[in-house]
Amino acid sequence: MKHFAALYTAIDGTTRTNPKVEALAHYLSTAPEPDRLWTVALFSGRRPKRAATTTELRRWAGEIAGLPDWLVEDSYAVVGDLAETLALLLPDSEDGTDGGTLSDWLTRLAALAGQPEDIRRAAVAEAWSHLGGTERFLFNKLITGGFRVGISRKLMTRALARATGQEEAEIALRLMGDWTPATTTWDQLILSNDMDADTARPYPFCLAHGLDMAPQDLGPPDDWHAEWKWDGIRGQLIVRSRQHHLWSRGEELMTDRFPEFAVTSDFLPDGTVIDGEVLAWADNAPLPFADLQKRIGRKTVPKKLLAEAPAMLLAYDLLEDGGQDIRALPFAGRRARLERLTVALPDTVPIRLSPALPFTDWKTLADTRATARDQRAEGLMLKRADSAYATGRKRGDWWKWKLDPLSIDAVMIYAQAGHGRRANLYTDFTFAVRDGEALVPFTKAYSGLTDEEFGQITQWVRQNTLQRFGPVRQVTPTHVFEIAFEGIQASPRHKSGIALRFPRMARWRHDKTVADAGTLDELKALLALYG
Amino acid sequence: MTRAPVLTVTDRGLFCPAGDFHIDPWHPVDRALITHGHADHARPGSARYLSTDLCAPVLFHRLGNITLETAPYDRQIAIGGATVSFHPAGHVPGSAQIRVEVGGEVWCVSGDYKTEADGLSTPFEPVGCHTFITECTFGLPVFRWRPQAELAAEINGWWRQARADGQTPVLGAYALGKAQRLLCLLDRQRGPVLTHGAIETTTEILRQQGIPLPPTILITPDTKIADHPGAIVLAPPSAFGSAWMGRLGPITTGFASGWMQLRGIRRRRGGDRGFAISDHADWPGLNAAIAATGAERVLVTHGYTDSFARWLTEQGYDAAPLETRYGGDEAEADAS
Repeated sequence: MKHFAALYTAIDGTTRTNPKVEALAHYLSTAPEPDRLWTVALFSGRRPKRAATTTELRRWAGEIAGLPDWLVEDSYAVVGDLAETLALLLPDSEDGTDGGTLSDWLTRLAALAGQPEDIRRAAVAEAWSHLGGTERFLFNKLITGGFRVGISRKLMTRALARATGQEEAEIALRLMGDWTPATTTWDQLILSNDMDADTARPYPFCLAHGLDMAPQDLGPPDDWHAEWKWDGIRGQLIVRSRQHHLWSRGEELMTDRFPEFAVTSDFLPDGTVIDGEVLAWADNAPLPFADLQKRIGRKTVPKKLLAEAPAMLLAYDLLEDGGQDIRALPFAGRRARLERLTVALPDTVPIRLSPALPFTDWKTLADTRATARDQRAEGLMLKRADSAYATGRKRGDWWKWKLDPLSIDAVMIYAQAGHGRRANLYTDFTFAVRDGEALVPFTKAYSGLTDEEFGQITQWVRQNTLQRFGPVRQVTPTHVFEIAFEGIQASPRHKSGIALRFPRMARWRHDKTVADAGTLDELKALLALYG
Repeated sequence: MTRAPVLTVTDRGLFCPAGDFHIDPWHPVDRALITHGHADHARPGSARYLSTDLCAPVLFHRLGNITLETAPYDRQIAIGGATVSFHPAGHVPGSAQIRVEVGGEVWCVSGDYKTEADGLSTPFEPVGCHTFITECTFGLPVFRWRPQAELAAEINGWWRQARADGQTPVLGAYALGKAQRLLCLLDRQRGPVLTHGAIETTTEILRQQGIPLPPTILITPDTKIADHPGAIVLAPPSAFGSAWMGRLGPITTGFASGWMQLRGIRRRRGGDRGFAISDHADWPGLNAAIAATGAERVLVTHGYTDSFARWLTEQGYDAAPLETRYGGDEAEADAS
């Protein structure tokens, strides 16, 4: 594992992109092929089989280090990363031996999965006693999964392209889909010419930047296509070989969660791939996101839920037509084909064309955008009519023109330390609005402040703690923040009776005191308007 | 009848009623006993100060024209009904623990301390006492320092690599103590050591009081880095990201602090490298120091007080957190 550890150290040791890509490209052209394959799998979020639960790991490490459970937990709360916490708590290794390559270790771990606890504990303890420093931390990472090391998908694609001399878009496509190191080889995944083997393979999603200029600077309206930016789950529906597959943008296969799309393979021709938004839908309109949310976490869907929140795909784009990859065609051409395809579908097939919003001047379109909330949309999407379907996030052709968020001024009442990069900083806050003399908590928020502001608030929290509940500190209600959010819903699960969508701190209102904060009545008025 | 405690916490700091003095007060008082010169322990405005003689030059520099008495380590001084003495804390040059005895009962205030000898500060000596007030900045078992020699080799390796890459390494360190400790660890065969003004000033003060320190070159507006091939730069954390650093040309940055033990904090600081080298005791150091005092009662301050007090209670001590304002300035603690 020394080579993998050296790669990790090189990546972790810099915040700059190019050295990271260089280190990874070097590794991907020199490491043994099974290790390369595993590295690509790990860095793209594919996890090995679990040899132990995190609960077991904590217990075992505590026992070996002679520390009580609560102290392991307290340490974890400060370090913010379990693999790192355990690596630091355990006694120094006896010899710092390596124990084989990355794939050797992964093979060993895979063999442990499902074994009785005493066997797994002995194997893990043995590894801990030999592996030192970074290797031990990485070993823990392999078990706990979630390998976030500051290598984005884009950077890995670039490194792979550099290491193999292929185009980035080609690599991005190869990495998509449902493969694991057990089902493929380095050669098959990255190098072979025969890519058709995987009929479920999705295309990399084309993503948009937020519009950061005046829309009239985009040029003549004729060059652009506008449509609603729906608030659901971005999805890719594939019909090939008489089978359908539904992928999320996070490359999760959602086919079983949305059984309504089973009919699509009877009506769409083979070799069809549609990019769209999955929404909960009734009476020709989207249901609130909260209804869709009920279905997201479920692997199987009870009948009642299917009836309450039926799914619909609002089709944005056509990526494959008659088995041909048409992503390079101009958007207008792809859209025309999509229209022909969807217009022929009976109403019983849960696919609708996402309507175009024709406009002749930007002012009219701005007025349309202002009504997005009435449509339960987040705003508009703008797509250049002659643009290809790009791989990933590319500036210039696609823009999100979202509505300005809703907002309310709220008082911070609880604080909790963050994890990972934000360990040891108070970054997770609970906010309240006024209700007469009382303060009613209504949302949490974690983002929106600068590191410097988080530093300031952290000092303040330490000195103004009223009470501690485990890792949570109740603080003197003092600081007011403007909370921005995208939507508001009634929620019986929350004390305030409301739930927000995408809440974050827009501003620290140093100019306001608790008496200036918003009220529960204001929130209820927003709920009545936009809920 | 229970006796009055030897020390209590008032809104101004740790107070000894029998001797009518405060230790490291955070607001002005009549008489202040100072453990060491860091800003969260030595604050301005008190009428009279008492410190070790080694600590005095830094106090004059930082607090201005104060009324200061000094004493060598171990000398017993009667103040009112109390007897006090200073004992080496090993934190920075001149730093002390303060022993306070009233009517046969002995308390000891650790100030900040570390148990590993750094070759510069007078090494830590345990003080037998009934009650020990200890810092616990790094009072969790994830904090275990590697030996100083290993860290020195790592820092010198980084310097060598930077030179090979055509970069100037800039090492961030607190101006009093840590900077001079690093200065002594740097392998000057590799090149000269350049300093930021804040570090040069403190270094010069320590030199003038007779502490032997390797030569340094102050960076002035006229300094050209190219004239000092292979140089390393020592700078306080506050200089990072400033215009001052922009003038140094191609650089690679490192921080030397106990907090660098944690990957999250290493990444947040945005430096290229982090070296977990601290002037505070690590977990084994804290536990060993407490055991060596023979104290039955331990009051913990400044750090992970709740966790550490609970741990000590489980080990059989009568332990509790003590709310103070030391290290309240955690931004500074980040550089510890």
